[in-house]
Amino acid sequence: MKKEFKVISELILQNSKVLDVGCGDGELMKFLRDNKTTKIRGLEISKNRVQNCLSKGLTVIEGNAENDLQQFPNNSFDFVILSQTLQAFLDPEKVISELLRVGKKAIVTIPNFGYWKVRLNLLIKGTMPVTENLPNEWYNTPNLHMCTLRDFFNFCSKREIKIFKSLALKNDKTLNLSAKNLAWRNLESQLGIFLIEK
Amino acid sequence: MNKLKQTKNIIIAKPQKLDCGKEISNFPISYETYGTLNEKKDNAILVFHALTGDQFASGKNPITNKDGWWSYALGPGKAIDTEKFFVICANVIGGCMGSYGPSTIDEETGKPIGTNFPVITINDMVNAQYNLLEHFEIDKLYAVIGGSMGGMQVLQFVSNFPDKAHIAIPIACTSSHSAQNIAFNELGRQAILADTNWRNGFYEENKISPDKGLAVARMAAHITYLSKKGLQEKFGRKLQERDDLKFSFDADFQIESYLRYQGSVFVDRFDANSYLYITRAMDYFDLSKQFNGSLSAAFSKTTSKFFVISFTSDWLYPTAENREIVIALNAIGADVGFVEIESDKGHDSFLLDVPDFLDTLGNYLKTNYKTVNEKRI
Repeated sequence: MKKEFKVISELILQNSKVLDVGCGDGELMKFLRDNKTTKIRGLEISKNRVQNCLSKGLTVIEGNAENDLQQFPNNSFDFVILSQTLQAFLDPEKVISELLRVGKKAIVTIPNFGYWKVRLNLLIKGTMPVTENLPNEWYNTPNLHMCTLRDFFNFCSKREIKIFKSLALKNDKTLNLSAKNLAWRNLESQLGIFLIEK
Repeated sequence: MNKLKQTKNIIIAKPQKLDCGKEISNFPISYETYGTLNEKKDNAILVFHALTGDQFASGKNPITNKDGWWSYALGPGKAIDTEKFFVICANVIGGCMGSYGPSTIDEETGKPIGTNFPVITINDMVNAQYNLLEHFEIDKLYAVIGGSMGGMQVLQFVSNFPDKAHIAIPIACTSSHSAQNIAFNELGRQAILADTNWRNGFYEENKISPDKGLAVARMAAHITYLSKKGLQEKFGRKLQERDDLKFSFDADFQIESYLRYQGSVFVDRFDANSYLYITRAMDYFDLSKQFNGSLSAAFSKTTSKFFVISFTSDWLYPTAENREIVIALNAIGADVGFVEIESDKGHDSFLLDVPDFLDTLGNYLKTNYKTVNEKRI
């Protein structure tokens, strides 16, 4: 399983109610169901993936975060997870506020556009960065709103969102992430993992 | 309909109060079963049929000699696997395959009840079928499943009996009949009523039947079960056994001939009064109205796990209406999964060979059966 998923699952309390937004084939959901909680739901946009999840007995709804989170009442989940998809939404700000309305806490992971290889790509080659984590060209990328770890920190403070815990992944190594070491972590890590609360 | 004597029946002795206020008792429910009820009696599935369905969901229908209406989905090794599950399917009351309906003979007069039969509702149908659980001494069903009107019965069943089914699968249905739904049903009813053979519903005693009206009703309804794309691909403007237009009102086009055929075979197996009563029951269906306008309230006590399924090309009970059920369930934190299956086959998709649908349904039933049993141990 992806290292990212292991880190996410460690943030989730036993027997809590969890919603995985953009749950894909349900890999994380299945791990959480077997290890953490049976009260887990998923939301996924791809029909095939929804069918896969349902076939595995996972409770998943076809839909997308921008339109379909609104059906869930306030605070109906303890944790809402959004893994590496925030940048793909038309309106990430609205999605974050929906996550924090539906969930008491949200776990958001972000591919870091401040990662040194990304920066170097743009600086040296003068082209839009293409890396292992961001494999698409500018003309076919689903990522509309890329941001850096610092951008997300700034966003949270502007919107008065509490960052409960933040971690960075550097080549599958988990590092602590804070305002103090942000400059360096923003350069060396590919992924940020944020546990946030309104 | 002597063949009906071969169907399995139970007589419901205890009185049932209908929504219209009348009370019925000592009435028959015809049913069929598939597979074997296991010792723990935990593998039972109640399948509800749609408007023109019956208890013969799989195998050969002994009355029509055709395959059961859900042969694609139900049978040994199929999605609803009868090697694993014990499936019960009953003819709804109001129907014409042996259950209490307008063609049932009134013992006092010796004649069919006709339009003296009370107007029934989806709720009445479900309450009548609930007696089958007692008959088979099943405490809790593994699943209740149904498409179209069968899906409406699924919703009503879990609302009426919130702890009697582990899994509820409403397919291609709605929680409330729309104006368009009612309009199409009214068209069908008016076609029957306009047939001079209908005679206020007392045609059987005169040994006639409003076949023309019923056939037109079926033709109109059949169009609503298919998609525009499906019709276009299958028929287009193809001509029926002729090289050119005949400048007459014969069936020039294949689609005309097809619809006429659908109408003509339908009248051999279906009763016009039943068509009136069952479409009426569908039109009256509005689950949220039963709970002061809150669909969520209809499910507030439910313990069932839901799986709602819709189809992309179904314009009779479109995805948006199926989604309303999902939204109402999510609002109360119920366990609900939902997928819209890609298919060009229109509303009828649930009856046809749509692999994505059949595979997902089959896997869902298999995997959850394990989980449900593990929980119990």
